[in-house]
Amino acid sequence: MTEIENVVVIDGLRVPFEPGQTILEAALAAGVWIPHLCHHPDFAPHGSCKVCTVVVNGRNGSACTMRALPGQEVASATPEIQERRRTLLQMLFVEGNHFCPGCEKSGNCTLQALAYDAEMLTPRFDHFYPNRRLDGSHPDVLLDLDRCILCELCVRASRDVDGKSVFAVAGRGGDCRIVVNSPTGRLGDTDLAIEDAAAHVCPVGAILPKRVGFSVPIGARVFDAGPISEVSPHLARTEDGR
Amino acid sequence: MSAPAPLPAPAPRRRLRVATASLAGCFGCHMSFLDMDERLVGLIDLIVLDRSPLTDIKHPGPCDIALVEGGVCNAENVHVLRELRRAAKVVIALGACAVNGGLPAMRNHRGLEDILRKVYEERPDGGAGIPDDPELPLLTDKVHPLHEVVRVDYFLPGCPPSADAIHKFLTDLAEGRTPRLADALLHFD
Ligand code: SF4
Ligand code: SF4
Ligand code: FES
Repeated sequence: MTEIENVVVIDGLRVPFEPGQTILEAALAAGVWIPHLCHHPDFAPHGSCKVCTVVVNGRNGSACTMRALPGQEVASATPEIQERRRTLLQMLFVEGNHFCPGCEKSGNCTLQALAYDAEMLTPRFDHFYPNRRLDGSHPDVLLDLDRCILCELCVRASRDVDGKSVFAVAGRGGDCRIVVNSPTGRLGDTDLAIEDAAAHVCPVGAILPKRVGFSVPIGARVFDAGPISEVSPHLARTEDGR
Repeated sequence: MSAPAPLPAPAPRRRLRVATASLAGCFGCHMSFLDMDERLVGLIDLIVLDRSPLTDIKHPGPCDIALVEGGVCNAENVHVLRELRRAAKVVIALGACAVNGGLPAMRNHRGLEDILRKVYEERPDGGAGIPDDPELPLLTDKVHPLHEVVRVDYFLPGCPPSADAIHKFLTDLAEGRTPRLADALLHFD
């Protein structure tokens, strides 16, 4: 009997995988870039942002939640799929208040870096300009929900790593928002500590450690070094060091 | 058989007529335009400036391109923007404020009245009161990016876009290419 190879084909490239790996995990481990936003290698997959959506044997699926299986033909970097990703990113920008020139996360922000990589020049849609909460009550951590993209990384980090469940999601649809688990609803009244994973996991500028602003100047930040498709910390380095 | 006649030399390219305007912006994008420094000399072979704070012409004639900095925050901005849209074949939203409202749009999630009171009245010295001179243009309820008011053809983000980015965009257009900003020139901040 012939062994079935543990290989998926992504955009024509043969990508080996370990049984149990998702398509995204296999791709990143092989140095193949699939854009993603709510995925983080240290946390359980969430599958909410849909930026990683690929077409697997003709059907759409999130690469971060779909297990890799032999015989999968995956399309990811096609113009059509990239256009859909750009549209998703444009929706995320107009749903929040993303004023990058006034944001400490600029240059270190995954949402912004994905938009650069997708050559997003315009928000395209009308802005929601939502009225969201800013919570400065914690001595070491600022919460500015204007920039929250509801990836739930803070929820996962606080619950699964810190064992504290400081953050949760409440509401539905356009009313969906991150809430804080304290009697007052204020971050300062939780046991969140600056050392917690949840204080550092936010991919955008919604949860920011205080008093470290501009410790790395604009121009020398993570995604100033190159496009996220090349410098992503989640991407296995290829032999030439890229 | 005689040799085919040589092709006629291409006609010299007509210089593009460019208007520029600053709406609810800080003039940083115009400063960045001037930051092209000596490259402006080369650019002048490709473009000619119409209405612009740089020429002090107040109303645009028929133009190829309108470069518009700043978002829309009052009735005068709406008027100027519509005039430019009528005059120009191509409107470019120049810079973060024109593209998404920018920092002026940070007032959008507070009420206009609340903002005016905070700025002009709720001050330790009591303030001088909210200005009500009839010459002042009426403020819009929200600050809007250009594309929420008129049709916009191209967007050039950045706060401000670098001189390199503006130069690349304009020369691409003047030489008949679709403008494209490679990764190093694409910035939202
Ligand atoms: S969170 Fe990212 S995209 Fe949003 S304003 Fe900050 S840098 Fe820009
Ligand atoms: S606060 Fe940050 S980490 Fe938490 S859901 Fe919003 S974007 Fe994600
Ligand atoms: S990264 Fe897969 S859905 Fe967000």
